[in-house]
Amino acid sequence: MVQATGRRYIGAAIKRKEDPRFITGRGTYVDDLAPPGTVYAAMVRSPYPHARIRSIDTRRAREMPGVLAVFTGADLEGVNPNPVGWLVPELRAVPYPVMARDRVRYVGEIVAVAIAEDRYLAEDAAQAVEVDYEPLPAVGDATKAVQAGAPAVHDQVPDNVAFRLPFGDQAAVDAAFTTAQRVVRLELVNQRLVPSAIEPRAALASYDPATDQLTLWLTSQNPHLIRLLLSAFVLGLPEHKVRVISPDVGGGFGSKIPLYSEECIVAWAARRLGRPVKWTAKRSESFLSDRHGRDHHTVAEMALDGEGRVTALRVRTVANLGAYLSTLGPAIPTWAYIPLLSGQYVIPHIYAEVVGAYTNTPPTDAYRGAGRPEACYLIERLMDVAARELGLDPAEFRRRNFVPPDRFPYQTSVAVVYDSGNYPGALDKALALADYQGMRRQQEEARREGRYVGIGISCYIEACGFAPSKLVGQLGAQAGLWESALVRAHPTGRVTVLTGAHSHGQGHETTFAQIVAEELGISLDDVEIVHGDSGAIPMGMGTYGSRSLAVGGSAIVRALERVKDKARRIAAHLLEAAPEDVELREGRFYVRGVPDRGVDWAAVALQAYLAHNLPEGMEPGLEASAFYDPENFTFPFGTHISMVEVDPETGLVKVLRYVAVDDAGNIINPLVFEGQVHGGIAQGVGQALLEWGRFDEDGTPLAASFMEYALPRASHLPSFKTDVQVTPCPHNPLGAKGIGEAGTIAATPCIVNAVVDALSPLGIRHLDTPLTPPRVWEAIRQARARQA
Amino acid sequence: MAEKVPITVTVNGVQHRHEVEPRLLLVHYLRDVLRLTGTHVGCDTSQCGACTVLLDGQAVKSCTVLAVQADGCQVTTIEGLGSDGQLHPLQEAFWEKHGLQCGFCTPGMILAAYDLLSRRPDPSEEEVRHALEGNYCRCTGYHNIVQAVLYAAEKMRGSR
Amino acid sequence: MYPPSFRYYRASSVAEAIALLQREPEARLLAGGHSLLPAMKLRLAAPPALIDIGRIPELRGIRRRDDGWAIGAMTTHREIEFSDLPLLAEVAAHVADPPVRNRGTIGGSLAHADPGADYPAAVLALGATIKAVGPGGERSIPADDFFQGLFTTSLQQGEVLTEVHLPALGHGWGWAYEKFPHPASGYAVVGVAAVVQAEGGAARQVRVGITGAAQSAFRARQVEERLTGRPMDEGAVRSAIEGAFEPDQLLSDPFASADYRAALCQALCRRALLRAWQRATT
Repeated sequence: MVQATGRRYIGAAIKRKEDPRFITGRGTYVDDLAPPGTVYAAMVRSPYPHARIRSIDTRRAREMPGVLAVFTGADLEGVNPNPVGWLVPELRAVPYPVMARDRVRYVGEIVAVAIAEDRYLAEDAAQAVEVDYEPLPAVGDATKAVQAGAPAVHDQVPDNVAFRLPFGDQAAVDAAFTTAQRVVRLELVNQRLVPSAIEPRAALASYDPATDQLTLWLTSQNPHLIRLLLSAFVLGLPEHKVRVISPDVGGGFGSKIPLYSEECIVAWAARRLGRPVKWTAKRSESFLSDRHGRDHHTVAEMALDGEGRVTALRVRTVANLGAYLSTLGPAIPTWAYIPLLSGQYVIPHIYAEVVGAYTNTPPTDAYRGAGRPEACYLIERLMDVAARELGLDPAEFRRRNFVPPDRFPYQTSVAVVYDSGNYPGALDKALALADYQGMRRQQEEARREGRYVGIGISCYIEACGFAPSKLVGQLGAQAGLWESALVRAHPTGRVTVLTGAHSHGQGHETTFAQIVAEELGISLDDVEIVHGDSGAIPMGMGTYGSRSLAVGGSAIVRALERVKDKARRIAAHLLEAAPEDVELREGRFYVRGVPDRGVDWAAVALQAYLAHNLPEGMEPGLEASAFYDPENFTFPFGTHISMVEVDPETGLVKVLRYVAVDDAGNIINPLVFEGQVHGGIAQGVGQALLEWGRFDEDGTPLAASFMEYALPRASHLPSFKTDVQVTPCPHNPLGAKGIGEAGTIAATPCIVNAVVDALSPLGIRHLDTPLTPPRVWEAIRQARARQA
Repeated sequence: MAEKVPITVTVNGVQHRHEVEPRLLLVHYLRDVLRLTGTHVGCDTSQCGACTVLLDGQAVKSCTVLAVQADGCQVTTIEGLGSDGQLHPLQEAFWEKHGLQCGFCTPGMILAAYDLLSRRPDPSEEEVRHALEGNYCRCTGYHNIVQAVLYAAEKMRGSR
Repeated sequence: MYPPSFRYYRASSVAEAIALLQREPEARLLAGGHSLLPAMKLRLAAPPALIDIGRIPELRGIRRRDDGWAIGAMTTHREIEFSDLPLLAEVAAHVADPPVRNRGTIGGSLAHADPGADYPAAVLALGATIKAVGPGGERSIPADDFFQGLFTTSLQQGEVLTEVHLPALGHGWGWAYEKFPHPASGYAVVGVAAVVQAEGGAARQVRVGITGAAQSAFRARQVEERLTGRPMDEGAVRSAIEGAFEPDQLLSDPFASADYRAALCQALCRRALLRAWQRATT
């Protein structure tokens, strides 16, 4: 029987329950699994960004030792293309075959698979597959792809334009620009990024002909969604005969949301061969086959009145979709930034236009932040440039334009309604934490010594808590974005929670358990969180977009309410009191006002299953499920401040200090909260300074391994100084908003603003990311030449 | 296929004898042959350090060592770091300081830190950051990892 | 990630390694494996055989000699980093990262001759001698003659690099290594090693080795000549490096242009020389 505890769990910095297995090497990641008879798949991939396949000769590969089979696209009869999960008006969609048959459209596209008894033999066989390609003209850059005369990635889309999406009242915006006192214009590039979770993607499929059951272990952030796409769309299998398990997953950052070709291929091959088939990405393969993020080219203009207030914003973006539409490709990496274009500011008129372009590059999709970093970068860069042109301190200029705290809920001019906020509060707290005035004095001193020190501010907002299903349905999503939970109290009073959210580092096994333990007044050890198994969990939408706590956590609260309600009715029956007079406190039901009349939670749970003495007509058992569909997005926000120094001789940027104040509503576990902020900052700094998923003009990748693509290392970063402000979310039961992406959204403009500030004495107004040393050096050289 | 080579490797104190293909990497020997899956593979260019183990007491990237090169050697993996069912102070510290999120880089990170502390029991923050240059983490931003290593160093000095 | 198949031999002596090389002329020598195995894992190299020289006792360790030091080819970067070797200890601390330094060896690195490797700059600046043994016996190769181009050295087929000899640097000598690492690979975009001998307030000898900047490491002879015999104050160094690095002689790649490399050569050369001078004169 569980013991009641009076411990407060919500808000406590509790060490994670899941950690013991990870720190002892006993986690279970997909590649750790090898059921008896497992064979290994190696993919044959296109080395060309665009080519016709003349022929594929697999004979030599098939005859190699240990090789079970080599399959090409022609063998995959009846396997349908990978479906698109988000539609936009007038989308010119193209089929995305899981294996190319006659044409390849990006370096890395799969043309064949070799399956052998071990990893090495599979690799040998894949290498021995001979493909005769006829290279075709190709285009890698989205802005070039939509120009006249560019090579067509797909014959049926000769101009490479998948869609054009205008948003907002163009006439009103144009009018505001006509009357503006000042217009600030910026052309900026949000470079392509490779998400680079440290665990490479992997897929293991096992088929049991006796039960006709196909089991897949995948590195997925959303196993149920993958089951649906895979069974109903690609393979045409009965959904209830497919089980998708996401065991421990080593980071996702969005790249493990979509359905991937490799997952379809191993699923198909396991059925075909009657052996478990495993594929694990080599890192160099990850660079070619994981979905990439960002890749926007934008022209943005901001109109200002005579008092330094923003009156309008006009934005045009060409977004690179890659060669095919990924699961969420037409939305998340393209127009999804539009609803955040107002930032923390009152901007009466906003117009945006997005062109989604096909190119001969790997498809793009969600990457940490997914839309919000692009919006935040754009608006926070513009705010900085505008402040400089107006001669105002960047903090003061932002303050002047903030949505005031008394105007929430705030209807923006880009459809969304901000739920709650206190922007000046977070700014002031960050300025104090950073000792902003002291920083400015240090900067003055450094400048006198001829050093280039800069300070950057970014005031970010994000939309989390994805998402009200009806609203996203209107926006083209082909799924609802609620979350489910099932709370099951066992006869001993211990509790198992089945959640549709999935933890791949976020710590749900702890934070979700904290909610349950607190609500029921039992120990954290008496709560188990189960996630990531479509065979165990009724249904779920998975984890991304900082949604797990706000949506998945709220579903748990709702299910708990139902369980508690039933338990209270049982308790009332046992105590011979009216249910409305019975309350649960610290693991025990009491009759209100009669502290000596009570019954423990565990006794009630036991009675629910004994069923010897239940209220008339009540069913035995004590469990309940809930599907929580949020009524609005949540809108976390905050202010980040950084200080950098640029070495003018080498162009190297050193981050000297980094300060963050984040407000994501109520906090369940401050340790986990801070950890999310830290990791997010590192990724944002990575985009600002290091990471670049670069392609040459025809789509040949120039960063195809960690030898070229720079991830932030410990030595690239300082320690971070963080604090929080709490403005609860008014529309979900936890009052929580989500913190998974805040750091990534805030950090990129924060660092770029600091670098530009450092170099402003040279007349440098803007630099495109990543601010690699050679690029910074080149900018300094050109600026000095202009000054001379 | 090349002729197999007999090797004897002591892993976490247990001696193993196997005939292996010369090309078999130590990391695959540990994972696929011995089924010690705590050692991970995160890249193929010796950058990420997820595969870090101790080879004769020194941290190495087991993806860049052939199993035959480990013949006659002592290997310690994350599974063998603690003793008598007790966590090593570094494991404790990573738990205490929330120095991990997805856990994938953690075994390698802990063993790289072990190497540092065996040479420098009292490192500065900067020394910790440099010592972990060969180990990527994508989740934590390193802040809490650095805190964990400094915390472990303090605990280990105290217990001497 | 999965190297191609090969035959494996483990040599227990240099003589055995040489004999194996004669039997397997296409074989590659396996030292620490930290250049060769990564190439094989990406299937950029597929030697039919590997001869493991990593355990030959005579190839390991640092020995003091009358005229300097002898460093066995299989001495790891880590052993060098934690040694008293002038310049080389500092350089070794810049090679890759600690786990790599625990395995990689100086001999393996020199023989591989990666254009971005660190040691080449140092052995040039030190005026080191590289010893090789082959079927025809032993020969000493001055560092100046060793690097022949991209991944190319003057080692001949069948030879084993066995030792690196460094001259003794006594009182009045100073050294420094300045490196700008590629943020991803860790290799030198440019690395500059400087060794100077101060005598009576002037530089008696100046040697500068540069790696990363060109197809193979080279000496900045013009800079050396301009500074020899002069006091090395900041002004002298600045004027010595002025125009000393022509971009058209330097590497250009997607990360860094030749112009940028020339600028790095200038900046790092100045820093290395001034630091070396300071060490020589204090």
